[in-house]
Order: sequence, then C-alpha cells, then structure tokens
Amino acid sequence: MRRWTGAVLATPATALMVLTFLLPMLWLARLSLDRSEDGGVLVPALSAGEYGQFLGDPFYQRILLRTFELGVTVTALTLVASYAIALFLFRTRSRWRAVLAVLTVSPMLISSVVRTYSWMTILDDHGLVNQALIWLGLVHRPIALMDNLLGVEIGLVQIEMPVMILALMAGFARLDPTLEEAARCLGAAPWRAFLRVTIPLSAPGIVLGCLVTFVQVMSSFVTPSLLGGGRVYVMATTIYQEALETLNWPLAAAISIILVVVFGACLAAYERFARRWAA
Amino acid sequence: MRPLARAAVVLLYLFLLAPMIVVVLSSFSNDAYLAFPPRHWGFAAYGGLLRNEGFQSGLEVSLVLGGIVTAVTLLIGTAAAWALARTSIPGRGSLLAFFTAPLLMPTIVLGLALLLVFAQLGLLGTLPGLVFGHSLVALPYVVRLMLTAIRGVPASVEEAAATLGAPPAAVFRRVTLPLIRPALLAAAALAFLASFDEVVITLFVIGPRLTTLPIQIFHYVQYRADPQVSALSVVLIAVTILLIVVIDRSTGFMRTVSR
Repeated sequence: MRRWTGAVLATPATALMVLTFLLPMLWLARLSLDRSEDGGVLVPALSAGEYGQFLGDPFYQRILLRTFELGVTVTALTLVASYAIALFLFRTRSRWRAVLAVLTVSPMLISSVVRTYSWMTILDDHGLVNQALIWLGLVHRPIALMDNLLGVEIGLVQIEMPVMILALMAGFARLDPTLEEAARCLGAAPWRAFLRVTIPLSAPGIVLGCLVTFVQVMSSFVTPSLLGGGRVYVMATTIYQEALETLNWPLAAAISIILVVVFGACLAAYERFARRWAA
Repeated sequence: MRPLARAAVVLLYLFLLAPMIVVVLSSFSNDAYLAFPPRHWGFAAYGGLLRNEGFQSGLEVSLVLGGIVTAVTLLIGTAAAWALARTSIPGRGSLLAFFTAPLLMPTIVLGLALLLVFAQLGLLGTLPGLVFGHSLVALPYVVRLMLTAIRGVPASVEEAAATLGAPPAAVFRRVTLPLIRPALLAAAALAFLASFDEVVITLFVIGPRLTTLPIQIFHYVQYRADPQVSALSVVLIAVTILLIVVIDRSTGFMRTVSR
C-alpha cells in the first residue's frame, strides 16, 4: 500500500519537473537542429547547421573565446583573492570568527541585480573610485571602469568569492596543522611549507571552488549585461539576444547545448578528481 | 599573523564588502543622479521610491508570485520528500537526482528552454507561466531540505503512534509535522527568496504587462543609475536579512556556516 501512497505523493512534483524541465530541455535539443532563415522563419530540419555557424563564424568564435577567457581570468583571480580569506577564517581564533564567517557569505544571499548594481556605485564615472582618483589629483577625467570587460571582471570576482571561500573552507577541513609544523620543524621556510604542504593538501577544495566558479562565470548573464553596458558579448548574452531580439531560436538553442556540454564536461572532470581523492 | 598578511586580508574583506557599504551610503542622497559621495545627503531617494509606480507594481507581482510559488513548492515538494524518505517507490535515487538536476543547469539555458515551450503553450507573460518557471528554481531546494528533515525524524516515533492506533494522516499531522516544522519554515523562506530574487529565467517568460521587481530594476539600471535604485537595494537587502534570520532561527544557518 505504501508503494501506491508514495507514487501518488511524488506525482505532482514529478509532473512539474517534466513540464518545466524535462520537456523544455528535450524541445531545446530538438530545436537546435532546426534551421532559421532570414526574418526568423523557422525551418524544421535535422542539421547541425546552427552549431556550424556558431563554431565556424569568426564573430561567434570570438564570443566563445571571450567567454572562455573571462571564465579562466575570473576563476584565477577569485581563487587568489579567496584563498587568503579562507585560510584566515580557518585559522583565526578571534572571537569575531562567527561574525566574520557570516559577513563573508552574506553577499551570496543578496539578489544578483542588486549586487551588480552596487558595483555601479563604485565603478561609475561619478562613483567612489573615480571621485577618489580625481580628488587625489591622479586623473583629471573619470577613467572607464565599467561598460567594458574590466568592469565585468571586477564584479564577477567579488560575486564569486563567497562560493569559492565556502569550497576552500570545506577543503581545509582535512588540513592537519601539525603537518605544516612538521615541515617547519624539518627546516622548510614558511613559503615553502605553504607551497609544498598547505596548497597540495587543500587541492580538493581548490578544484571544487574553481569548477563551480568557472561554470558560473561561463553562464553568467546579469553581470556581463549590466557592468558590460551592452558592449561585452559573452555566450549567455548572445543566447538572450538571439532568442529575444534576433529571434533566431535554433542558434540560441545550439549555443545553449554547447554551454550544457561545457557544464557536463566540468562536472565529469570533478567526479574523476573526487574519486581519485576518495581512493 | 604577520602584518603583511593581515593587511592583505583586511583589503580583501574591504573588496568583498565595499559594494554593500557604498550602496547603503549612496542611498541617503538627494541628488538626481548617482554620485558617490552624494552632493546633498538626505532621504529623497526613499521618498522617490514611494512614487515610483514601476517599482511598486513590480513589488506587488513579486510578492504575489513569491507567495504562490512558496505555497505550491512547499506542498508538492514536502509530499515528494516524504515519498522518497518513507515509502518504497521504485527508482528513488534517480527521482531525487531528477528533482535536483535543475540546480546543475545554467539558468540561461533553463530560461530559453521554458521560452520555447511556453511559446507553444501560450504561457508567456502570464502568471501561471511565471509560477511554473519559478517553481522549477525553488522546488530542488525544498525537496532537498525536507528530505533531510524527514529522514531526521526517527521512524520509531511514527511507528509508536501508529501502533497506538493513529491513522496515517493523524501520524503525519500530530507527530511528523511538528517535528519538521522548523525545516518547513526554512524551506518556505528559501523558496520565497529563490522566487523573489530570480532574474534570468524570469527575463525569458515575462510579458510587457507582467513584470517582477528584479526585472524592473534590471531594465532601469540598463539606462540610468540613480539613488532610487540604491534605496531600493537597501530595502531588498533588509528583506533578505529578515528572511535569513527566519531561516537561522529555525535551522541554525549561521552555525552551519561558521563551523
């Protein structure tokens, strides 16, 4: 009897997921094989033409490359910026530790639009940084800190930091401080103990944090749209434009599938790493 | 810690928290455009909020939508979690993976997929369409949280009640429900937050006459940045903190994070 009760109770949620997730994703995959002719006319087909266009056209190649570069740059910067904070949080014995931990993750809980907007108050021509630079007499005219790739990178690093810090802290959990002490006692300089002992032992956290950051940056939309000022084209903004402005749905679908494949590859890579460490 | 490392950590914290600090300060401005520091300090931006019809209608839509999404996902998500934890339906492992799979997908892809299907079903720009889209984001959190909570209730307690003659519905209502109430509250807050903050999927399924608050802000700041948005941000941050406190009091979120 319990079997039936269970099936009945799980049905509404399953139905919702089929309607809003499974069917749409299958539809998306199918549509990516259609062709789109000028003027947004949809031609049912079974061709890889839209994939060919995205991967072959130099304009779209640049977008793919830019998205990839953005992912790598932001991930590297986020890792460096987060490692210091994570290590500090992990080691500190301050009674403010709990407060600092909450402060560290607090930006994560705030709407992405608000977080991106808040960078405008700093990077805008009339924002904090430019006002300070002018007041100090270092520049006469505001310098362009947003509406370009630089602004997108700055915003994304800060937005990804809490996630990276959480991943690193989880990795530090297996860090035994006596190992570092042992390295120091055996005569290793502090930086050497750090490079040869601390970093390798925290590698699982580093890999997890980097993967999560990388896939999030690769698919980020709000920050490139707003801090890029409509001038920074990445995969997510291109999907949006092709879907809602150019109305080339097959191309938008093809780019989406490529993005999903990148996601899948990153997850699979992480699985392999995780299994190796578990062994 | 050595002074150099200490300085680096302080600077990095400044980088992490500066946007929040500056947005709060820049909201107390009487200027017509965004400038930091404000030329004239004051509360004009907050007054402007009360007269901004776009933001107000957006807030109404977001609150109604968040309420519906919370109720729907809590109901069907808890039912599904109970089925996964307490019954022997086949394929429980893959069902759980299916329920949480959307979390592993880029939201931009989910949004496009919904656009393509909703265009066929005539759901674009409608409240049901928005409810479906937001439930997709909220449901994985609810199922996960409730599954953990229900698994945490010892089966022996429920069995004791059943042995003493309570019918299954009464066991759930009188024994299980009170024990999972904190998790229900936390799941409700999380579901509401997931809907209230959702931007990317929403952009694909909204229509010209039905727009949520984050989308209003998104389009607004694409063309201009003024202190009103800062004031609105402060209000939204306050709402978020309030919800986090609710979650924390029921599940000990802060303890989990700071451990």
